[in-house]
Order: sequence, then C-alpha cells, then structure tokens
Amino acid sequence: MRHLHSPLAFTAAVVVLAGCSSSGGDTATAAAGGPITVKATDSSCEVARTQVDAGTSVFAITNGGQKVTEFYVYAAGDRVMAEVENIAPGLSRDLHVELPAGSYETACKPGMIGKGIRGQLTVSGSAAPLTDDAALLAATESYSRYVKSQTAALEVKTTEFVTAVKNGDAAKAKELFPAARTYWERIEPVAEIFGDLDPRIDGREEVTEEGMKFGGFHKIEQDLWQKNDISQSGPIADQLLTDVKEIVQKANAEKLSPLQLANGAKALLDEVASGKITGEEDRYSHTDLWDFNANIDGSKAAIASLRPVLEERDAALVKTLDAEFANVDATLAKHRSGDGWKLHNELSQADLKELTDAINALAEPISRVAAVVAKQS
Amino acid sequence: MSKVSRRALVIGGLGAAGAAGTAAALLSGGEPANSFSDAVAFHGPHQAGIVTPAQDRLHFVAFDVVTKDRDRLIQLLKDWTVAATRMTAGKDAGEVGAVAGLPEAPPDDTGEAIGLPAAALTLTIGFGPTLFRTADGRDRFGLAGRQPGALAPLPKFTGDTLDAALSDGDIGVQACANDPQVAVHAIRNLARIGMGVVSVRWSQLGFGRTSSTSTGQATPRNLFGFKDGTRNLKAEQKDLLREHLWVQPGDGPAWMDGGSYLVTRKIRMLVETWDRSPLVEQEAIVGRHKGNGAPIGLAGEFDEPDLTSVGDDGEPLMPAVAHVRLAHPATNNGARMLRRGYNFVDGSDGLGRLNAGLFFISYQRDPAKAFIPVQRSLAAQDEMNEYIRHVSSGLFACPPGIKNAGDFWGSGLFT
Repeated sequence: MRHLHSPLAFTAAVVVLAGCSSSGGDTATAAAGGPITVKATDSSCEVARTQVDAGTSVFAITNGGQKVTEFYVYAAGDRVMAEVENIAPGLSRDLHVELPAGSYETACKPGMIGKGIRGQLTVSGSAAPLTDDAALLAATESYSRYVKSQTAALEVKTTEFVTAVKNGDAAKAKELFPAARTYWERIEPVAEIFGDLDPRIDGREEVTEEGMKFGGFHKIEQDLWQKNDISQSGPIADQLLTDVKEIVQKANAEKLSPLQLANGAKALLDEVASGKITGEEDRYSHTDLWDFNANIDGSKAAIASLRPVLEERDAALVKTLDAEFANVDATLAKHRSGDGWKLHNELSQADLKELTDAINALAEPISRVAAVVAKQS
Repeated sequence: MSKVSRRALVIGGLGAAGAAGTAAALLSGGEPANSFSDAVAFHGPHQAGIVTPAQDRLHFVAFDVVTKDRDRLIQLLKDWTVAATRMTAGKDAGEVGAVAGLPEAPPDDTGEAIGLPAAALTLTIGFGPTLFRTADGRDRFGLAGRQPGALAPLPKFTGDTLDAALSDGDIGVQACANDPQVAVHAIRNLARIGMGVVSVRWSQLGFGRTSSTSTGQATPRNLFGFKDGTRNLKAEQKDLLREHLWVQPGDGPAWMDGGSYLVTRKIRMLVETWDRSPLVEQEAIVGRHKGNGAPIGLAGEFDEPDLTSVGDDGEPLMPAVAHVRLAHPATNNGARMLRRGYNFVDGSDGLGRLNAGLFFISYQRDPAKAFIPVQRSLAAQDEMNEYIRHVSSGLFACPPGIKNAGDFWGSGLFT
C-alpha cells in the first residue's frame, strides 16, 4: 500500500508501447481478467469491460477502421487520465493506467477530432480524497502524462512529414502538415520554455532573427504551398526533425508547476486570438483552424488537469469555463470540413468575429485561474 | 477594501469620506461640474452626458449582444452600472484596482487612468432597435413588446453611403471626458467586463466638441472652420428641454419617461475640396460668416437668422439652400434637438486625404419630429452634401437617470 502523500499516490504510470504490440508477456496487471480489449473502428468503440477494480488496468486497443484513431480514459470534466495517440489503421496498442475508484469515460477518436465515441467506465474500490497539495501535485502529474502522449505522436508525425518532404511527395506532405502541427500546437506553452528551439521549429518568416535562416515548419509550408517546390527542402526537413526530437526529450523531462499550467491554458488562447484568428500562422497553407483547434485542446487539457483543485476552490469558475469551452467548440464546429477544417481564407469576416468573441468570452475567465491556483487555502 | 479615488493618488489623503464629500457637493443629473477635472454626478433624474456641459473628448462604442441569456445581459448591465459609478467618480473600474490585487491575477482595472482625475467623465447608455427585435424580426430577450414607437429604425436618406459594419448596434455607450485617456479607459473597461455577453461592433474617438450645451460655453468650430451649434438647446432652457429633449409621460412606454433618443451619424468631410472653395461660397453654403459665426447679413453670432429679407440683387439674403435655413426650426415645423457632436480624424485614407469629419450626435424627445425631418430637408437640398458623406448611423433609446446605488442601467426596461 502506497503512502498517501507519495507523488504517485493517485496518478497513473502510463506506458505507451510504440509500434505494434501483441501485448505479450509485459503486462502483469493488477486488474482481474487480463487486458481489456478495445475494438475501434471509424464509427464504433467496443470496450470489453466497463466495470473494473481500482488499481492498474491495461487496455488493448486495435484500430480496425480506415482512419487514424486515439483512445482516452477521461475523469470528470474530460480530465485525461491516460491516452494513446496516433493509432494507425490496422495497428494495436496497449495502455496502462492506474485508476482510483470513481466514474470515468472511455473514448475512441476516429480521425482524431471531436469528443469521440464515449462509453462509461466504473472503477470500484476504496480511495481517500486527495489533500490540497496532493491535488496540485496530481495536476502536474496529469499534465505531464498529457505532454508525453503528445510529444510521442509529434515525433512520429513529424518523421512521416519529413519523410514525405524528402521523398518529394508534396501531396502527402501537405496532408501531414496540419496533422503533425496539431501535436505541436497542443503543447505550445511547454515548447515556449525552450528559448530558441521554439522559433527554430515554428518561427514565421518575419520573426527569423538577423543572421539566421528561415527554417522549420513554416519554411517547408512556404515551399509546399507558395513556391510549389520542395526539391531543396531536404536539409530544412532534417533540421526540423532534429529540433523536434530535441524538444520532445526536453519537454518529457520538464515538470510544469500548477501556476505554469494555468498560465499555459491562457497563453494557448492568446495564441488563437493573436495568430490563428488572423490567419498569420499558416499564411501559405491556410490550415490555421487545425492549429486553432489544437490550441483549444491543449488549453482544455491544462484546465482539466487542474480541475480537482479548481472544483474545490472556485466551483463557479469551473462551471463558467465548461460553458465557454463548449461555446468555443460549438462555434468552431461550424467550420468542419470532412475530417478536418475549412481553410482560413474560406471564412468570412463575420465568422472570424464570432470566433474572436467566443475566444474572448473564454479567455477572460481563464485569466482568473492562475490566482485561484496560487491562493493559499 | 480601499475606496480611494485615483485622484487621491495624486493629491494624497483623499479617503472615502473626502471622495463622498466631493460627490455630495455636485448637482444631480449631470449638471455643471466645478472644473475641468472634477467628477460629474452619476445619479439623477436624467442620465449625465446629455445636458452636461459638453466635454472636450469622446469615445463612443456600439455593442452587439452575443449571449442568448437574458439573465446574463441583465447581470452585465448591473456590473456595468457599478463600474460606471466608480469610474465617473474617478475610481478604478473594479473593487481591487489596477495594482492592488494578487500578482498572479489580471488586475480588475486596466490601469491607464492611474493618477488621472475624473475629468468630468460621463457615461451614457442607450438601447438600439435590434435589442428589441433583430433585423430579421426575432425577439431574443422578450423585449419586443417594450420597444417604443419612437425607436423605429431611421429611414434611408438621399445620399446616404452607410457602412453597415460601422452602423447601428444593440447597445450604445457614450463616454465623454475632458481627458481622452479617461474616456478611452472607461470604454475599454466596459468592453472587457462585457466579454462573452456583448461584442464591440464599432467605436469612434472624437476630439474638440462641436457644440455648446450650456450658455456658459463658447461655440466651438467644426473641421470646416465654422462655429457649430450656435442655436443648440442649452441646459439652462428648462422649458425647451421639456418640450424637445426629454421623453414625457404618455409619449410611449413608461420606462423611457425622462429619457431621450440619441442619433449618431459619422459624417466624413471632404476637407481638401472644401478648403479650395472661395470664402464667399463657404459662407453661402453654411449661411453664417466664418469669422464670428453671425448669420449672413447680420453682425452677432446669436442674432436670429433672417430667413425672409431680400438683398439688393433680389435674391434672399439667406441663400435658399443654406445649411442654416434648411436646418432651422422655422423650416422644419419647429424641430429642435440637442446636438453634442465631436470632430474626428481617423488618420488618412490612403489617397492622401485626411479621413476626417464630424461625428454628429443629437438627443431629442422624438426622432420623427426632430432629426428625421431636419435630415430629410438637408439631404434633399443642402449644398454642403457635395463636401460630406454620411458613412455611419445609429439610433438608441437612452433611459432616464440612475436613481440610486441600487438602481442599474435599463432597470425599467428589464423589470
């Protein structure tokens, strides 16, 4: 039995096994009955068991659909307890998660967008409530898990993107560009901690410092969409992957404080308000709405990690945030196109103003989160 | 919580008692403040900012209501009233203030007015026709039955070149102050408090009042270089105000009794071509002498314009299409309004011309008996139309004053 104040008391140790897995031999699971199989398709999400005992559970997810999918275990308010990103069609992945007693939801996300296909998950057993400090610590742990899941997928998708660029496959590269950036944009507040790596990976042409060469995602974007020539983009793509690998390593080692989480949630909305709404971010491809959505995802994840603390200290604020996040989602959903989004230049001025209003309505209450977190209760 | 006014930061030691004393010494209903920098009373039978001696600066904003929730809208009006009460008294917008809060929290005041006096700030609210019924006829907040007949959308006037994005709005707020920073600070904080409930539709900065609203004020000049507002209604003319400015019991729904209807028109002036016109032509178009503002053929600014005499050449002394004649009460069934406009220069227009003009503001008991007939008369014949373009238009019903600390903007409409 672990000590209550141990950092790992009620947080999951998530192991995402890269590549294919037959869940063979590595899973000594505390939960009775072995791994819980999850059959994911483009329209269904069959979870073999919806009642498990407190402790570690292992989900074995197989993607039988045509779309890339994700699998999540959510606590109340969409707090991510564990997730696997980027499960390609035909592949299987295992997810280990430690869950205290309570009500949860499982979700498959075919196409990696939206709320996903949800299901109930009941965990029974005994669990003492967290102390305040433990709750803050849990928030940090919870967000670290989120960052790890995103960075893993970022590295995989960037590798695919870079490969397509170097193979001269512009069509494939164009398709992968917004997908790879999604994982980047979700964790931008973390990326910003690492001074010069962030601008090298994600800098726009006008922020390239004197004496430096314009590179990174946006240089390749320019080559793909504006210059229509990626024959010279190989070295830039190589450098991008090197930089991404470095930042992934650093991000996984980084622990954001609860205050950094709160400010990160706000910073992501500032990103939307200042760069994505205006179409400045992806000016050649106009895929700004992918980034927009990813920023919102990341902001949600940071707030969800803090949720138990916020519920305790300012329940009214949590209600407001839930309502305003829902409003942003609904407003953005009007601009869905297939599995992705409309291009920025397909939106009218009125559309953009409506999005701005929704972001402002969310960002004002989010700006009050940091003080709630900082408050000594 | 400290209730020290911003002014106290400058003068020092003016605590709550001192600030209250200052407020108590004011006349109610926005009557003259003692000086350029004093506070104007926020409470009174009428809203301040109408007959208040026109301050030097303007920041006007029109909002669209973006929430569907009537209760949220009412709560915002209450929150706004609290903030407006504080800011017009020279205090921070919020209880905590610009620098006294938690370091991890964004301040509840934006801070650019730290150290500035109240500067005679007034905040005046009005409700547009679309709050009651949207353009496509929807009644979002159960207010359609409360819409006054006088708040019918303005007709289209000949020559109007209105930009829809710069026109109308569900709610209008006029901030006037003797310091532009104080006026901007007030609107900025109201916009911030309103996020999620309202959205700024358009806004306008103005400088240099173009009207006098008190006999104690000299008549200022507009950007054509002419005195503007000589024959304006004045705060001291109580009988005329009753007749032409304030909504009277029986005019319409009771919630507007003691209120007034506000018309805004952004009038671009083509100053470059105007400046090339001969003086005699400019004076004939306006109907006044440029130097002292006297009506054509007369000596003093406040001489009654002579609309009937004929000159030696057999032509009327006051040209048939002079602005003064066309706008005169005698030409418009006695129509009078209280004008309160401001000059504006919004930079340049990319063609080397100043983007300048007059942000016209008028208050009246009924637009159908005041602004509308006068503007029809001007739109049809005014020679000045060659030099001006109406680019934006707004109409708002301004409720009566805030009675006391428990009252809020538009309480009569929502209760």
